[in-house]
Amino acid sequence: MSTETLSPRTPGKPRSTMPREVVRRRRYGGHAWHPTLGTGPLPRVLTLLALALMTVIWLVPFGWGVDTSFKTEVDASASGAGWIPKAGFTLDAYRTILGQGNLPVWAVNSVVIAVCVTAITVTISAMAAYAFSRTLFRGRRVFFAVTIASIMVPPQILIVPLFRQMLAMNLVDTYAAVILPQVVAPAMVFILKKFFDGIPRELEEAARIDGAGSFRVFWSVVLPLSRPILAAVGIFVFINTWNNFLWPFISTSDPQLMTLPVGLSTVKDSTGLRNAQESAASILGSIPLLIVFMLFQRQIVRSVATTGLGGQ
Amino acid sequence: MASLSTPARRAAAGSRRAGSRWSAAMDRRRSPGGAGWLFATPFLVFFTLFLLVPIGIGLWMSFTDASLTGHGDGVFVGLDNYTEAFGDSQVWQTLGNTVWFTVLTTVPLVIVALVMALLVYTGMPGQWLWRLAFFASHLLPVAVVYQIWSMLFQPDRGMLNSVLQTFGMDGIAWLTDEKYAMWSIGLVTLWWTVGFNFLLYLAALQAIPDHLYEAAALDGAGAWRRLWSVTLPQLRRTTALIAVLQVMASLKVFDQIYLLTKGGPNGATRPILEYIYDTGFTNYRLGYASAVSYVFFGIIIILSLAQLKIFSRRED
Repeated sequence: MSTETLSPRTPGKPRSTMPREVVRRRRYGGHAWHPTLGTGPLPRVLTLLALALMTVIWLVPFGWGVDTSFKTEVDASASGAGWIPKAGFTLDAYRTILGQGNLPVWAVNSVVIAVCVTAITVTISAMAAYAFSRTLFRGRRVFFAVTIASIMVPPQILIVPLFRQMLAMNLVDTYAAVILPQVVAPAMVFILKKFFDGIPRELEEAARIDGAGSFRVFWSVVLPLSRPILAAVGIFVFINTWNNFLWPFISTSDPQLMTLPVGLSTVKDSTGLRNAQESAASILGSIPLLIVFMLFQRQIVRSVATTGLGGQ
Repeated sequence: MASLSTPARRAAAGSRRAGSRWSAAMDRRRSPGGAGWLFATPFLVFFTLFLLVPIGIGLWMSFTDASLTGHGDGVFVGLDNYTEAFGDSQVWQTLGNTVWFTVLTTVPLVIVALVMALLVYTGMPGQWLWRLAFFASHLLPVAVVYQIWSMLFQPDRGMLNSVLQTFGMDGIAWLTDEKYAMWSIGLVTLWWTVGFNFLLYLAALQAIPDHLYEAAALDGAGAWRRLWSVTLPQLRRTTALIAVLQVMASLKVFDQIYLLTKGGPNGATRPILEYIYDTGFTNYRLGYASAVSYVFFGIIIILSLAQLKIFSRRED
């Protein structure tokens, strides 16, 4: 989407790999004239105020969860919204949760399942996208059309038949039952195919003249050029799988196979008020993705743009 | 998309201009049909097994009285399930709830995301913090969202009611009053999922070339004028895309409602997917649940075609 649709509209666009904010700050010296805000300090101050206000609103629920996790159960269930507990802050909730033994199991399950699903999805989707983009095989057009059409199927309506299928295949309460149905990602095949279509064929031609076979070309020419898009697809799939609730919830009833979201939801159901412990469990459960995002947020924003989803 | 230009992209633009010398004949010679199949097979196997087959099974089941407990297939009952579905008031009520939720959430999810992206796009210092604050909630598993908000919503101890009381207002039964329950769910959904739309908008904004702003400024356009005549028009296609994706996502709502209210109070927040789930897994009527699924699927397809039509007409 990007190159094709953008270039006619932006003939003189400077190509730069520098982050936009840096370019802009340098060009306008950080003040004086600003492309969206204009001149003068007032718009800047108002923008900062609005940003700060929305940030506070969006972070307060997080903050409340973190705050609660460091309270005693008595304070956590006390009336009123005091941020500072009467009995002082404590690590009790974390000690109890980590001592229960279930959370580590769910965390390991989440990691195993998310990593497996991501690895398999990226591999088979990239291969299929390459086949659709670059090779001719009988039925290529039909299969591609069916793949695209299937993007519209809401995954939830497949739950019942899939569950029956798992029963018939004798896979209920196995890792395979949780993982395998999640690796079919037609939208990712479509995104990857669009990207492969834009890679110049001359590069592959050169490799073929040097005697490389199809697989060799794919592995050492196409894949290295596709790193940003593969990262984007991997990030999407990983986040979705990590947070997927319905399918893991239905395909496993064995606590030993539960993922974090499913396991955490059962903690709440089986007990009464344990606000501090549940908050601690929630924080432990969401830390992995938050750390990944904090470390890679610039790349993630860029990857989203690479997919063409965020482009013009 | 200045920051995104990779060598591959630059070369890609070049090769397209040069005209593709790689003909179909070349394809055939260099990568015979066998290689294509080899690359496509793993995906197609999974695709068939876990997408096409379940679609087929579901369609077949919707014409039978299959149940979760019974072994083997149910008895063929023709269109009975569909006739029942169209006359089932629960189907219409839960479908109504789903549509109401979609209407309630789509507009704020688009507008708030746009406002966030426009604010962050100004390049004010603290980019890292703003992006984290607005996107981080999108990374939370639904169980965590549920945990945090069920605390905030608690009628007697929750933070939201304490805030209302500080301002001299009465507390609200956020999740247990039929009047407010769906709005509360909408609020949670806005907080939880706006980050993805925000990111899409931010990526789109970063692709707007600077010279458009410079040209507009030279023509004497002020900051507001530039927002209305440069920024927003450039975002039209992105907005259409986000709106379509958002409607599709909102129609599929299930997780947060199932955890926060179990569809209550009195069925006021029960979405159609929960009805399908309850029918299939609690009442064991898989055949009927499948029929309702396919009615819902049909509605989704009609809606997406209608949306595509509306947006493609607006493009012209």
